[in-house]
Amino acid sequence: VSVVERPRVGAGQVGRSAPRRDAAEKLRGQAQYAGDVVVPRMLHGKVLRSPLPHARIASIDVRAAEALPGVVCVLTADDLRDIDPWWGHAIRDRPIVAIEKARFAGEPVAAVAAEDEATAAAALNRIDVEYEELPVVGTIEEALQPDAPEVNGGPLRPGLFHGLGELPPRQGNVCYRYRIDRGEVEAVFAHADLVVEGEYSFPAVYQYAMETHTVVAQVEGDEIVLWASCQHPFLVRAEIAALFGVPLANVRIQVPYLGGGFGSKSYTKMEPIAVALARKAGRPVRVQNSVFESMVTTRRHGMSCRMTTAMTREGRLLGRDVEIWFDTGAYADNGPRVTATGADAAPGPYRWTAYRVDAACVYTNTAPAGSYRAFGATHLQWIGELQLDELARQAGLDPLEVRRQNLCTPGEELRAGGKPLDADLVGDVEQVAAALGWESPKAANVGRGVSVGLLAAGAHPVSSAIVRLEADGQVVVLVGTTEVGQGARTVFAQIAAEELGVPAEQVTVRGADTRFTPYDRSTGASRSTTLAGLAVQRAARDIRDQLVGIAGTEELEATDLPALLRSHFGLAGGELIGRGIVAPEGTGSYAEGPVFWEVCVGAAEVEVDPETGVVRVRKTATVADVGRAINPQLVERQDEGGTMQGLGNALFEEMVYEDASLLNGSLLDYRVPALTDLPDEMSCVIVENEDGPGPYGAKGCGEGSLAAVTAAIVTALADAGVPVTELPLTPERVWRRIQELKEEGRWPR
Amino acid sequence: VEIALSVNGRLRPLDVEPRELLLDVLRDRLGLTGAKRSCEVQVCGTCTVLLDGDPVSACCTLAADAHGREVLTIEGLAERGEFARLEDAFTRHAALQCGFCTPGMLLTAQSLLEAGELRTVEDVRHGLAGNLCRCTGYKGILEAVCELAGVSV
Repeated sequence: VSVVERPRVGAGQVGRSAPRRDAAEKLRGQAQYAGDVVVPRMLHGKVLRSPLPHARIASIDVRAAEALPGVVCVLTADDLRDIDPWWGHAIRDRPIVAIEKARFAGEPVAAVAAEDEATAAAALNRIDVEYEELPVVGTIEEALQPDAPEVNGGPLRPGLFHGLGELPPRQGNVCYRYRIDRGEVEAVFAHADLVVEGEYSFPAVYQYAMETHTVVAQVEGDEIVLWASCQHPFLVRAEIAALFGVPLANVRIQVPYLGGGFGSKSYTKMEPIAVALARKAGRPVRVQNSVFESMVTTRRHGMSCRMTTAMTREGRLLGRDVEIWFDTGAYADNGPRVTATGADAAPGPYRWTAYRVDAACVYTNTAPAGSYRAFGATHLQWIGELQLDELARQAGLDPLEVRRQNLCTPGEELRAGGKPLDADLVGDVEQVAAALGWESPKAANVGRGVSVGLLAAGAHPVSSAIVRLEADGQVVVLVGTTEVGQGARTVFAQIAAEELGVPAEQVTVRGADTRFTPYDRSTGASRSTTLAGLAVQRAARDIRDQLVGIAGTEELEATDLPALLRSHFGLAGGELIGRGIVAPEGTGSYAEGPVFWEVCVGAAEVEVDPETGVVRVRKTATVADVGRAINPQLVERQDEGGTMQGLGNALFEEMVYEDASLLNGSLLDYRVPALTDLPDEMSCVIVENEDGPGPYGAKGCGEGSLAAVTAAIVTALADAGVPVTELPLTPERVWRRIQELKEEGRWPR
Repeated sequence: VEIALSVNGRLRPLDVEPRELLLDVLRDRLGLTGAKRSCEVQVCGTCTVLLDGDPVSACCTLAADAHGREVLTIEGLAERGEFARLEDAFTRHAALQCGFCTPGMLLTAQSLLEAGELRTVEDVRHGLAGNLCRCTGYKGILEAVCELAGVSV
C-alpha cells in the first residue's frame, strides 16, 4: 500500500467538511448502541468478580444462586471443560472465568444469567466462593524481585494475532521483551559533552469510553451471534470461533454505533464470557459492564523508565539508552505490542550515532492492561522530549533549534528494515511553534513547550470493501470498519462519492456485520481512512470502470446512473457490485511496518501557580499531518479530542492502586477532563503533503495529538521552571517539586 | 407504587418498584433509549433528562420521585420546533463524535438556553461542565452552544 493513487474524478467530495452522516440519528437519540439492542427471550448477565488480587479458589457453591427465582443459570469454570477456554490477543494466557486461581481483583470468577438485572445482581451475592489468599505482586518492582511469586503460570501460547515472532520461554514475571540496538551506546556516552539521565514513571490510565463494554450473545446450535461494543469485530470473530470450536462463518458479530473506544474495545474483552453464559443458558444474554468493571477489563499500561541522552555542546544528538518496564497486569492482552511500540517511540525521530532500547512488560496482580490511544508514544515521548530540552538548556541553545538540527528528514530510516520517515517533521514543528506564538514574551510562571514524536500506525494492512450501486442510483458501502465516533462512515461516503461522481449524501455506509461486511482487520491504530478508505476507493473505482464499460464513455453524470442501469439490465432492477481489496505488499510483518508513521507533534503553553501547584493549560497547538484531509473538520475534531485526552493524561488521570486493588474505581474519584478544562486556545494545523499510503495521499490521525500534547505540557512546565519526572502533574506533585527546587536554590529561577 | 408522570407531553401511568430508577423506566419500559447509562454516580451527564425543565441525572433519580412531574427526553426535544436550531448548530460545528453524550448535552444546553442563563462563554463552560464528552475535546460543543446563546467564544 505504498502507491499514491490520484483521483480520477474531481467530484469535489474529498477535501470538504461534509456534515457527519450520522449526525441526525445521534442528535435525536435514535442511534443504537449495543446496550440498546433487545432480542427476543434475552436474559441479563452479571459477572461475579474476585475481591482479592491473588487467590486460590478452593470451592465455589452456586446452589443458593441457582435456587433464586428468575435465575436461569450460573456459569463457572466447570462449564468450560469441553472447550479450550484460554484466550488472549497476543498470548492465550487468560481463561474465560478464573480456573483454580484468581489473578487480579476484579477477575471474573462466575457469572449469572437471569430474567432481569436485579435478580442477576442478587444472585451474585448468593454465590459462595472460598478463597485462599496468595502472595500478591502489586507493582513492577515487586514483579521483578528474584523471589517474586508467579503471577501467570498459565499456558504460554501465542494468540491468533501475536505477530511479533516467536515467544521465548517465560522468565519469572516478564511477559514479553523487545530490544533495539544500534551502534555502540557506551562508546558514544564516554565522549559526550553533555549527558542527562533520569528515572520516570507514567501511571495506569482508564480510557473511559462512555459506553461501557456491552455484549448481547446468542448461541443456537453451532451458530454464535453477537451484538458487541467491539472495535475489531473480525478479530473477535476469530477468537470466539477458536474458543468455541466453530468455523469463522458461524460466528456473526454485529457492531452498532460504538460509544467511544480509544482502544478499550480493541480485541476481545467481554465477548467470551457472554457467549459461554448464553451457551449454558440456551437463551440470549446481555452483559453490560459498570464503569468499575470496564476499568478492570482494560486500561493503559503503567510504566517505569530509565533514560539517558547525550549531546555535543554544539547541539548534535549522540546517543540514547532506554530501559522500559510496562505493567501489563495479570494477563498479556496487547502488552507485547504496547512494549514494541513504546520501544520504537523511545529514541524519537532523531538522527543518532547510537541508541539502545530494552523494553519489557511484566505481569502483576492488577487488571490487564491493553490498548489506549497512542500507546507507547504517549508513554515515552514526554520523557525523551524533556531530556532534549534539558540538554538544550545546558548547552544554551533554543530547543526548537536543537530539533531542527537533529530531526530526521523524509526518506531517512527510522527502524532497521522498516518504513522510512514519510513526513516533514521540521516543517510540522515550525507550524505548531508559530501557532503557539513561540517568540512572544512570556509572563512569570508561564512556560512553553513543543514535542515531536512518531507512532507506528496502521496495524496490519488488510482491509476490504464492497460498494453496491443500486438501481435508483443510490450507493451502499459495505465495510467492516466500526463507527466509533471518528467519522469513518462519513469519510467513506465522501471517498465513494468522489470516485463515482455523486454527492456524498447519496452514499450510505452501514455498520459492521461480519456476516455481510467483508473483512477489515481492525478499527484502531489510525488505520481506517488509510486502509479501509483505500479499499472503499478501489471498490468504487471498480464500479466506475464497469459503468464506463457499460456506457462506453468516461463522461458520466450522477443523474444518468438509474437510466444506464435500467438499459443494462433490461428492466428496473439489478445492481453493480464493486470490490476493493488491500493486502500487504511485502510480508506484512511487524518488522517491515508500519503502514505509515503517525506524526505526534504539538505545543503547549502552561501557567503554574507556585502557591498551590495547580497547572493550567492556556494554549495548545497540534499538527494533523494527514497527507490529505478527506474531511478537514473531522480531522480537527479528532486532533482536539486527542488533545483533551492528552491534557487529562498529563494533568490528572491516574488509576490509584493499593496492595494491587484499585482505589478510585468510579468517576467520582477518577477525573476526566470537563469543558472547564478546555484551554483558552486550542488550534490544529492541518498539513497536507499527500505523502500517505491511503486514498489521495491520506494517512491517519487522531492519536498523535494525545502523545504530543501530554509531552508538550510536561516540557512547557519544565520551561516554567518545574521539571517533573512522574505523571500526572497533580497540584500536590508539582507543589512538592517546587519546594524541592526551592531547597536546591533553583526556584524561583 | 403507582405513579403517573408526563413523558414528552404524554401522561404515562406506571406501576414501578420503589427502587426503580427513572433511567430504567425510560429505557426498559418506555423504550426511550436516547438517555444512556454510563457512570451511574451523577458525574458524566449522559443520562440527563429534564424534570420540570431542569436537568437531572436519570441514573440517580427514583422513578417514583418523578410522579406528577414532566419529563423531557431527547426523543421529546427532537420533536419540538426549536430543536432544528440545536440540530443545525451541532451538525455544522461537528459537535459530536460517538454520540453517546450528545442527548444529555443537548438537553442541558436546551435547559440553560431556555432559562437565559448563558450570557458569556464562561457561563457555557460552567453550565455544561456536568456533561462529559470523551471524544470531541469540547471545542465544537462550545462553539455550537455559544452560537445558539448568541455569545462569542
